[in-house]
Amino acid sequence: MKTIVNVGVVVFPGSNCDRDMYHVLTDVFNLDAHYYWHEKSLPKNIDAIILPGGFSYGDRLRAGVIAAHSPIIHDVEKMAEKGIPVLGVCNGFQILVESGLLPGVLLKNESLNFMCEWTNLIVENNKTPFTNQFKLNEKIPIPIANGEGRYYVDDDILKQLKKKNQIVFRYSQVVNGSSNRIAGVCNEEGNVVGMMPHPERAVESEINPTDNRPSSLIFESLLVKMGVKN
Amino acid sequence: MSLESQELDELKSKIGRAPTSTELQIIAAEWSEHCSYKSSKKHLKMLPMDGPLVINEKGYDSGVLDVGNGYVVTAHIESHNHPSAVEPYGGAATGVGGVIRDILSAGTRPIAIFDGLRFGNIEKDQQARWLFKNAVTGIAAYGNCLGIPTIGGEVEFDESYQNYALVDVAAVGFGKKENLIKNHAKKNDLVVLLGGSTGRDGIGGSQFASDSLESEDRSAVQIPDPFIEKLIIEVILEARNQNLIHAMKDLGGGGLSCAVSETADALEIGIEMDVEKVHTRESDMHPDEIMVSESQERMLIVTSKPKLKKLEEICNKFRVGCSVIGRVKSDNYMHVKKGKKTFANLPTDVVANATLLDLPSKKPSYLETIQKEKKFKPISNYSKTLMKLLASPNIASKIWVYGQYDHEVGIRTVVKPGGDASVLRLDNGKFLSVKIDGNPKQCYINPREGAIGCFEEACRNVVCTGAKPIGMLDHLQFGNPKDPEIFWTFLESLKGLTDFAKYFEIPCIGGKVSLYNETPAGPIKPTPVIGVLGLIEKTPLIPQKITDGNCLVIVGDTKDEMGGSEYFEYIHKFIGGTCPTVDFSESKKNMQSVLNAIKSQLLTSAHDCSKGGLAVAVSELCMTNHIGCNVSLEKIPGEKLDIDKVLFSESHSRYLLTLEKKNLKKLETILKKNKISFSTVGYFKDNMIQFMHGTKSIVNLRVDKAEKTWLNSLRDLVLHG
Repeated sequence: MKTIVNVGVVVFPGSNCDRDMYHVLTDVFNLDAHYYWHEKSLPKNIDAIILPGGFSYGDRLRAGVIAAHSPIIHDVEKMAEKGIPVLGVCNGFQILVESGLLPGVLLKNESLNFMCEWTNLIVENNKTPFTNQFKLNEKIPIPIANGEGRYYVDDDILKQLKKKNQIVFRYSQVVNGSSNRIAGVCNEEGNVVGMMPHPERAVESEINPTDNRPSSLIFESLLVKMGVKN
Repeated sequence: MSLESQELDELKSKIGRAPTSTELQIIAAEWSEHCSYKSSKKHLKMLPMDGPLVINEKGYDSGVLDVGNGYVVTAHIESHNHPSAVEPYGGAATGVGGVIRDILSAGTRPIAIFDGLRFGNIEKDQQARWLFKNAVTGIAAYGNCLGIPTIGGEVEFDESYQNYALVDVAAVGFGKKENLIKNHAKKNDLVVLLGGSTGRDGIGGSQFASDSLESEDRSAVQIPDPFIEKLIIEVILEARNQNLIHAMKDLGGGGLSCAVSETADALEIGIEMDVEKVHTRESDMHPDEIMVSESQERMLIVTSKPKLKKLEEICNKFRVGCSVIGRVKSDNYMHVKKGKKTFANLPTDVVANATLLDLPSKKPSYLETIQKEKKFKPISNYSKTLMKLLASPNIASKIWVYGQYDHEVGIRTVVKPGGDASVLRLDNGKFLSVKIDGNPKQCYINPREGAIGCFEEACRNVVCTGAKPIGMLDHLQFGNPKDPEIFWTFLESLKGLTDFAKYFEIPCIGGKVSLYNETPAGPIKPTPVIGVLGLIEKTPLIPQKITDGNCLVIVGDTKDEMGGSEYFEYIHKFIGGTCPTVDFSESKKNMQSVLNAIKSQLLTSAHDCSKGGLAVAVSELCMTNHIGCNVSLEKIPGEKLDIDKVLFSESHSRYLLTLEKKNLKKLETILKKNKISFSTVGYFKDNMIQFMHGTKSIVNLRVDKAEKTWLNSLRDLVLHG
């Protein structure tokens, strides 16, 4: 069994959930995490990559679009091809979508406002490196915090996503007008996952007003995938 | 918007010659009310500023409290009223930016934002609605982008803010004591300007803010760029970690003029600077403009030559502009050059210390008549009245506001916004509880008692989370201080706050005075806003969850003091009556007993009783816990009063405590021992908010119906009018 898992937390100018994610990886799940500045390259021996939330480049032009052109994204693409697990949260999801690693786009919320609230996710795909410990349709209480979080795909792509089991999370009720209430998707291979809600804000009981167990399973799934946990 | 003639004469006699145009601009900015506090400074000294936890260092823009285990909390409060009244989005956003840099300048990471917003009557006034909507969006856009959670605040609407806006922002920082910047400088150290470029925005902003709002001077409003601010935060903290910063100051009101002169004055040094070295947004800026521009997202840093390279490397990594604009000298002069040509050369103590004024004060004539009460038509349906209050903009839930603020980022927010005080977890296992409160309606009727009431209310809120108050921030907002009647209200409020702070030994760790808040219809109501920080040393935290069968105990007397209440003002449209007063010894006893009860883990929740009185406070408990409550009005502690007064009086020092029946005896023991006035007034059950008088039902409301109204009415009002 592997003992050290090296998780890279990619930091862009304007990332602001990088420290929260790092805390959860290291202090809560005892992983070996490192920050990687967007202009640096990723080491070959990295086990998983996380793109945290925030406002890379101040959301200029469109959330995530400038960061998607950062040098480090080439490395992320290469690693993704090799099958390394990649998770994008919130702005990280927006960057993955803008860089073409994940399908769809993220539009302004239907309310046209930034929304910060607790909601519930439903697990639609439990085969990814971040969901393998869930039962299908399991509920996850989790907070969202975004202005451009409305996932959009046209009907044809939606059909494809369903067919290829690429919808990972859906909201249990209408939150922001996302197509098919989608909150998170993966690539065809399933190793690259993007989600708008913030699991790193929900894994500690002290700050989770309901149940921190389901969100913890997102990280525990990674531990199982890496072979450090059975 | 410039120096008065006697100030010009004074300047001439102090420097022994006629000032240059650049010197005039610098002095006009620095001697403005906004920067110099010339009207208020003499009096502000009465506030107690020391305490066992207070750390005082020269040149800090924020207060510092030692919270133990090698950690400190910093806090500050600012406002951006004039700019927000003209351009609410940019004004409110840059208000956030300014106070964040104050926190940063002590060398601590900002961890929370609080905002107090005040506008005209949004039910009637389209412009007030526009100001409100855009100020909220501005704060959200700025704070969210920085990744600093906005976790609390207050919103109030009152006719006295018609065509105007009060936007107060408080911020809290956290860090290690050893990382605090100990401001110091020695000869030949370098003066570095770091951050966004200097442009023509915000020129004359501090003078603009020191005058009544007569014109919509848009060039005086600064342009926000939260992305650069975020980069500056990371640059500064990285530079701090590498010990590259000798001294630091935020550029706020008065721009470079203030930052340079105040740094030099505080550190007893001279600074020689060259405006050509400043990185500007436009190529043809005059030295005068460069010196007084209030372009945002800039910090002044003093470092040494050997450390410069490392500082530049960090700035390059983040692509943040960084210019060496001058150096430290030993002559106590602020010397401004462009190339070789001198544009200003002034003694720093002259620049940084305007002559303080001792303005006359006189009790306002309106106070002679306002205390009289009117008889009102009796209320026939109290359920309806309560519903009306729950839907009123001042009492309705502010979820439309805080739902737009990222209040979770930073993963410290234990108690989320929407309740009493918000609570953050700290790295030393302790918890920080913070609340800001204002009450202009009461302050108008009695400036002294009103101000004390705001202070006590903020304390009550913090106490309800189980925290002991350890520090206070005051923000004093008034009209034109040259009007003796207005200045009297300022002095009365300040005296009240001072008395309370001394009695409770809560040091004032920071504050701000904002004067000349005048609308076309006259001065704003006296609006002191008080922030209180409390510390929770021990877990578990109070659960704040009520279950079926819990008892409701009320601590503190309900009194016949309805002046400034929402009931008088919103329901009866009446301004006047007797303002609630705080009995200091009763207040202290109640506070300590509630803290004791929380510490003994006897309570399921604790809630403060304030706006809208008991009826609203009980409803809030019911709505947030989705449970009904049956309250017997004849059991409410206090003298016998008419039913409307019992329901809606806003008497201070009152707490609603809920607990399991089995703990009632233990609670009674604590309260009796401390000779507290209290009573068990009801039980939680079913799904109705019920107030009974004997067997007669006075209020009978479905919880879900009340909740729907309370949660949605403000949003509906903003979106649909």
